[in-house]
Amino acid sequence: MSAVIESHNHDDHHHGPAKGLTRWLYTTNHKDIGTLYLWFSFAMFLIGGAMAMVIRAELFQPGMQIVEPEFYNQMLTLHGLIMVFGAVMPAFVGLANWLVPMMVGAPDMALPRMNNLSFWILPFAFFVLLSSLFMEGGAPNFGWTFYAPLSTTYAPPSVTFFIFSVHIMGASSIMGSINVIVTIMNMRAPGMTLMKMPLFVWSWLITAYLLIAVMPVLAGAVTMMLMDIHFGTSFFNAAGGGDPVLFQHIFWFFGHPEVYIMILPAFGIASHIIETFSRKQLFGYASMVWAMASIAILSFVVWAHHMFTVGLPLAAELFFMWATMLIAVPTGVKVFNWVTTMFKGSITYETPMLFAIAFVVLFTIGGFSGLMLAITPADFQYHDTYFVVAHFHYVLVPGSIFSIMAAVYYWIPKWTGNMYDERLGKLHFWLSFIGVNVTFFPQHWIGLAGMPRRIPDYALQFADWNMISSVGAFLFGASQILFLFIVVKTVMGGKKATPEVWEGSRGLEWTVESPAPYHTFTTPPKVN
Amino acid sequence: MNEGSKKTIKTLCFAVVGMFTFSFALVPLYNVFCEITGLNGKIELSATNDKNIEFDNGRDISIQFVSHNNEEMPWAFRPSEDNIQIKTGKYHTATFYVKNTTNRRMVAQAIPSVAPSNAAAHLKKLECFCFEQQELAPGEEALLPVRLIFDNELPSSINSVVLSYTIFDVTDYNDVEFTQHHNDDHHADHEMEPSI
Repeated sequence: MSAVIESHNHDDHHHGPAKGLTRWLYTTNHKDIGTLYLWFSFAMFLIGGAMAMVIRAELFQPGMQIVEPEFYNQMLTLHGLIMVFGAVMPAFVGLANWLVPMMVGAPDMALPRMNNLSFWILPFAFFVLLSSLFMEGGAPNFGWTFYAPLSTTYAPPSVTFFIFSVHIMGASSIMGSINVIVTIMNMRAPGMTLMKMPLFVWSWLITAYLLIAVMPVLAGAVTMMLMDIHFGTSFFNAAGGGDPVLFQHIFWFFGHPEVYIMILPAFGIASHIIETFSRKQLFGYASMVWAMASIAILSFVVWAHHMFTVGLPLAAELFFMWATMLIAVPTGVKVFNWVTTMFKGSITYETPMLFAIAFVVLFTIGGFSGLMLAITPADFQYHDTYFVVAHFHYVLVPGSIFSIMAAVYYWIPKWTGNMYDERLGKLHFWLSFIGVNVTFFPQHWIGLAGMPRRIPDYALQFADWNMISSVGAFLFGASQILFLFIVVKTVMGGKKATPEVWEGSRGLEWTVESPAPYHTFTTPPKVN
Repeated sequence: MNEGSKKTIKTLCFAVVGMFTFSFALVPLYNVFCEITGLNGKIELSATNDKNIEFDNGRDISIQFVSHNNEEMPWAFRPSEDNIQIKTGKYHTATFYVKNTTNRRMVAQAIPSVAPSNAAAHLKKLECFCFEQQELAPGEEALLPVRLIFDNELPSSINSVVLSYTIFDVTDYNDVEFTQHHNDDHHADHEMEPSI
């Protein structure tokens, strides 16, 4: 993308950040709020990761070693909820806050005060959720999918706090999405048509629409649970004429678009990074946009592939199988576009590029195991086994999480003005890459061999691979401490970054100096 | 803020409210969908309006009755006969034995289900104990009737139907709305039936 800046406002310091803690409490600056979101999601990533360590430690050997089964279930549930709603989603919102206004040449987000609110209610949501660990009866223990009646009739009393926290998270996401959409639709610099927008902006526009469509459905589902538990309704209670399977339909009507909410921004990030380090223009820009739009639309008609074994009629099983497989087409278009962009490019392998390439390769593996799960008759064998666990961790950890790490390495020179330590960055990449594969690849095999998911103990024949998987998990977990160290080191200092940072970088955010001034594009740039 | 932004915000707020409403609309939509298609083995929890749907030329099918107690429901509950041979297009009456084995007054609700599910649309009931809640004193027992008919359009591939009832303990919330509703609708019908 080529851009002409009509006037720089670098020397314009009359609105610098306030000092002290109130800067962060009262801030309406999109960069500050982006930073808050990113640090918050990092904290949640470490908390959710610690819970994963408890899970892998218990599974290190067969038999019960470290925790009680009840506590294991609580760890499992909170790990899922925290990673989905606390780590991945806020990290992407943080990136959107930092990058979307700069990428479209806007001075800030459209609704800065609401932006502040949508961040600051999040810590409360997770405080409420985590506090349930210390309540009588313990934290939610019914899995992150909270199927009724397990999460209603048989739930611990803390389920009400869980419902409240999900409501807050949903409100935060909805406000964040409204902000992103209004910014993108109304505040683009003159000359930036929709089809000239950077792909990260496109990916977030589509993601925000998905969030607007499904977060209210999630809110509806937990509201129905609340009414079943406290107000004597019977939405999901068969004795009163309700239906537990209905819960699964409503949940996955939210849940499947949610899966794409967690991966579409990653597609945008990968496109930018691969383009930059291949020193070539991205191959197939328009097809990338159409692929993301088709994935988003298809995500609304595939939800029942999570429910193949509940007793769907044959016609429904076939429909949801084919619709699911259809998603492989636009996804394949994206993967081929990334590969073609790299083809004959002058590639260099800086840390962001390493993470981006690993993202493409490992996300594709996760996509393939997803295709296997989409085959209805085979799914009866795979359902609720570790094969499913391996599948969704492959798309979420080296998929979403790697893309977030790639984004942090790619844009952190722009955020802080300092280059990160390339040697440590590469070390972090290789430790994470090895860790993630050692952890999750064997889970495919033990899953196919029949090990069920969500159990604290298992049959002896799964012992070896579980031990290897746990070793990989400890390696992956420990290497994130290194990540924390690298980020802190970069914030503290380092080699000064140039405005364009990378040799092949394209886009408006690279036209402002590094670190990006507190206010950018107060006068809109002109885009050719 | 410019006019365009205001308009976008308004549209998005409508979308949010609309989707929240839609999530609740999914409940009746789901039930209607299941009823029309007969999926899920769901049958209407109310008496059929047409009391004269008897046909000739019925064929022989067998019905198996199955009873379940939902978790921790202590009552004794079983069909009087496990298996009956009937003709389609003809009314039959079957009974279930039930006894409150506890020493407290309890209220129960039975929920029916039909397998194979495509038989559900062809099962009509004139009377069923599942239309209303059952309240029994400590140690009280009863024979609960169900008067049913399968119409002649029952797919010819079906020769055997399982009619299952699960009995739930609803003592703690015994004025569940839907039962009240059915009582109002069908009270008269029940009065006319002979009691067993």
